Amino acid sequence: MKSSTHPQNTYIGGHVERVEDYRFLRGEGQYLDDISRPGQWHAAFLRSSLAHGTIRKIDASAALAMPGVHAVMTAADIEGNIPTIPFRRPNPTIGPYAQPIIAREKVRYFGEPIAMVLADTAELAEDALQHVVVEIDALPAVIERVHAMSDAVLIFEDTKTNIPTVFNAEKGDIEAAFAGAHYVIRDQFATQRQTALPMETRGLLAEWDAQLGQLTVSGAAKLPFFNRTTMANMMNLPEEAVDYIELDVGGGFGARGEFYPEDYLLALGARKFNRPIKWIEDRREHLMAIGHSREASCDVELAFSKEGVILGMRGDLYINIGAYVRPNGMTPVRNAAQFMSGPYRIPAIDLDAHAFVSNKTPAGTYRGPGRYEGCFFIERLMDQAAGALGIDRLELRRRNLLTHEEMPYPLATVLPSDGRAETQCDSGDHREPFETVVKESNWAEKAHLQGQLIDGRYHGMAIGSFIEGGASGPQENVRMQLEADGIVSLYAGSSAIGQGLETVLAQIAADYLELPMERIRVFHGSTTYLKQGWGSYGSRATVMGGNAVIDAAKKLLGEFRLHAAKRLGLAPEELTITEGVARAADGRSVPLVEVAKDGINVDGFFKNQTPTYTYGSAFAHVAVDPGTGHIEILDYVVADDVGRIINSMTLHGQVMGAAVQGFGSVFSEELVYNDEGQLLVGSLADYLIPLATDYPVVRCISLENYPSPTNPLGAKGAGEGGIIPVGGVVANAVANALSSLGVQPKILPLSPSRVWELIEDARARA
Amino acid sequence: MKLPHFEYEAPASLDEAVALLVAGDGSARPIAGGQSFVPVMAFRLAEPSMLVDLRNIPGLDKIEITDAGVRIGAMVRWRDVLDDARLVEALPLLPAAIDHVAHYQIRNRGTVGGSLAHADPAAEMPTIALTCDAVLEVVGSKGQRSVKAADLFMGPLMTSLESDEIITSVLLPAWPADRRWAFQEFARRRGDFALAGIALFYDEDASGAAHNVHIGAISVGDTPLRLAKAEAVLNGRKIDEAAIAEAAAAASAEVDPSGDIHASARYRKSLVGTLLSRALQGAANRKAK
Ligand SMILES: Cc1cc2nc3c(=O)[nH]c(=O)nc-3n(C[C@H](O)[C@H](O)[C@H](O)COP(=O)(O)OP(=O)(O)OC[C@H]3O[C@@H](n4cnc5c(N)ncnc54)[C@H](O)[C@@H]3O)c2cc1C
Repeated sequence: MKSSTHPQNTYIGGHVERVEDYRFLRGEGQYLDDISRPGQWHAAFLRSSLAHGTIRKIDASAALAMPGVHAVMTAADIEGNIPTIPFRRPNPTIGPYAQPIIAREKVRYFGEPIAMVLADTAELAEDALQHVVVEIDALPAVIERVHAMSDAVLIFEDTKTNIPTVFNAEKGDIEAAFAGAHYVIRDQFATQRQTALPMETRGLLAEWDAQLGQLTVSGAAKLPFFNRTTMANMMNLPEEAVDYIELDVGGGFGARGEFYPEDYLLALGARKFNRPIKWIEDRREHLMAIGHSREASCDVELAFSKEGVILGMRGDLYINIGAYVRPNGMTPVRNAAQFMSGPYRIPAIDLDAHAFVSNKTPAGTYRGPGRYEGCFFIERLMDQAAGALGIDRLELRRRNLLTHEEMPYPLATVLPSDGRAETQCDSGDHREPFETVVKESNWAEKAHLQGQLIDGRYHGMAIGSFIEGGASGPQENVRMQLEADGIVSLYAGSSAIGQGLETVLAQIAADYLELPMERIRVFHGSTTYLKQGWGSYGSRATVMGGNAVIDAAKKLLGEFRLHAAKRLGLAPEELTITEGVARAADGRSVPLVEVAKDGINVDGFFKNQTPTYTYGSAFAHVAVDPGTGHIEILDYVVADDVGRIINSMTLHGQVMGAAVQGFGSVFSEELVYNDEGQLLVGSLADYLIPLATDYPVVRCISLENYPSPTNPLGAKGAGEGGIIPVGGVVANAVANALSSLGVQPKILPLSPSRVWELIEDARARA
Repeated sequence: MKLPHFEYEAPASLDEAVALLVAGDGSARPIAGGQSFVPVMAFRLAEPSMLVDLRNIPGLDKIEITDAGVRIGAMVRWRDVLDDARLVEALPLLPAAIDHVAHYQIRNRGTVGGSLAHADPAAEMPTIALTCDAVLEVVGSKGQRSVKAADLFMGPLMTSLESDEIITSVLLPAWPADRRWAFQEFARRRGDFALAGIALFYDEDASGAAHNVHIGAISVGDTPLRLAKAEAVLNGRKIDEAAIAEAAAAASAEVDPSGDIHASARYRKSLVGTLLSRALQGAANRKAK
């Protein structure tokens, strides 16, 4: 039985097929490249081929002479200072490191926009790029941590350091914790530079209506309202003069939909030439231009008591954020510091997370930002500590996992504050998904396989745990309108990025309105639907949007009651409303459709600054081929408690997809640079994402034992958790498999070449 | 990554195709499945004046099996090779290798002739041709000629063909029924280009000793390679554990691969030996018919 505060429902919690899929499966999806406007021009960007240098000359005359080429815009076309992209989570020291929307004096990364060509077709625009002459004097490229942090070459000549911010995560008495320790483990680890890789590359269509003074930007994703405000400010337009239109979106994962330099240049071009301007990023460009993420390393220590109780954690984290601080470039840095403690009870923490700039593509968020990295670090420490302490790996975790009695459980405080210095796990018992995974994985029966060489492959297993922040505030809005045919149109400020938003919001609306889902029509993401909205980031759309739907549904039913009562000449409270019909005691009734002509239109919202914390555990069983270094995932089980399951089908899709994305992170995806700062990865033959057939076994178990106290639905964000534990769990399983050789993987990815070398080096040592 | 401008013709005869290539004076290119060359153009690494599509030329898409061997038309696609059940008997090494080529969609378009002309040292077909002592038939402005696979591959993506020459077919000489063979390759994902691969066959004499040992290696040099030293280790010997270990060591020692973003040189060198020993074990264990 569901608790009595929820209406009796038929959709929430069900295995409800996505309503979006009919559209997609019939090929009726509308992505940016499916729309075109008469007379539109296409843009192509000339990008720096050097990582660091001083621009001497840009000569576009040959390009401009080509038929069909209309303009080449450079920094020279921008009056005054070059605008910079605003921060989404500002802090006091990052100002000088913001990204100018086009390079003027200097280029700071391979791929930085230098010029925008506008031509009749995308092909012509690209042809013309080859005829724009750019002369750049090379400066020394700063690629890696030691060089960058030495400040020997300052990437921003007006600053004194390549370290824009050091975030400190603090809690408890760290000195006492380490002074009283029975055992301390200290180690260094690193995760590789990656990107989120949505299947649909970025792209926008910018249109300027000179008569109305109106700018329309199609192709919005993630946070249309923030981007509208940003664009309006940068273009010196009132907010109402800018619209962001969301189309179908081929994935986001934290990277697509942020405000990028190209966004502004396209709008500027559209206004200057009074032409629709369309741009679709190509894949090579995508790899060098969209936000990168995950390039992190650390030197960290965990202090334990004799019994294996964690006393404290301290150390340094180093994040290569690339050439500029982009809108959310600091999120992974501060997150790594705050969330590295993960699901464990750690009374004393002192972590410094150093963000340093380098001559690489600027970084941003990627699903589970900072959490994936931190989880890898701490889970590797936990397994190694278990070995040293002589405590079973599972037992060590049982002694340190957070329990229900400790909720809400405060995490470390992170300063400087970027708006959320303090946070706490809201509810749950972390032992439950852990024990679920122990059981579902048949750990006890498989335990004897650990480290065994069977048919030429070493077998290993591991379990690790994670927390996932969700429900980013501050608010979400929803408008509901009763249409003449009795359908309820729902306009949401949340945006769809492939997660099944239309389905989930319709389910919630249908349950709270007591109507069939078919009578709910969901519109979302575009700034034309609502005065204000927020979007989809930080695993927020279901919680924030869903609770706003509840508010709107209640208001709509309230209006229904008033209007029905008026028709029947009764007081509103004399009516009972069930399944779209208002009934009086005398048997008279008014169906919802009948009051439609009264024009019922309500606004709902949900305000919440308190994040939710989904938590869970994952198990991996691997087989390692020492000859090739290949690792096969024989079994993978993940269990998480999401507070309240809205749709088990979309939820499992999220968790499974995230797990497989995590395998890409662990095994194959890497943005490799050479010493000169050139990106060596130019296509999907170089950047190896998992193929649909690569990882057949991922099992998901969803729990809803501890609803979130932060919202009426009791739901928690659940879009990112699946990726967070993968690095730590798989690396620990590999270490377990290769324990007879003493191999301890410390650097990701575990490519065949690297794994083989670890084995070879261990054999050479032995 | 949009294509540069080019002219396009799809002539109905070899003569016309050659004439178009001659008229293009080095800047016209044949195109077959387009699975290698279209990406090359999209990356603007080649900007031909004209593409001469071979699709309408009759007779290039046949697989013929005769006493001389297996003759494969240049326009035969990977799909056709895998669908032809006769090859499993006639030349089992071929379908075993082609099974590793790319992904479903690409196999429906990519061709044998295109792969040989593209001469990617990481591709399967060039190494199979080299290992099997294949002979190509080529037509150009100077007429028809035969080119041994061993004389075709000059470097990465470089062949000895003239710019007006078109491959029409390749002949893989006939196999004795009891030949021993194996194919081993390792790629980061199924269907990716190999990090290394081994194609091998040998015949056994009455005493069980191996002779006529042919070992080809993929992706460990600038061209497809024959591993002459490893072959020499095995010729005249029984394929036992000691011989396998010795051959594997010889193979690793005789290749000089380069490292790239996918694997180090050291790894590739070792992988060649690992794959050769697995291939030899497989060949030795395979039941003779
Ligand atoms: C994602 C991806 C993965 C791939 N993985 C693999 C793999 O694992 N293994 C592998 O072997 N291949 C792989 N390929 C390449 C694929 O097999 C190609 O199809 C093949 O190599 C070339 O065949 P094609 O017919 O497409 O040639 P095209 O691209 O049409 O032409 C290639 C070259 O050959 C020339 N040419 C074509 N036909 C002739 C002819 N008859 N005479 C003379 N010149 C000719 C062209 O001018 C061009 O220079 C992959 C391709 C892709 C896109």
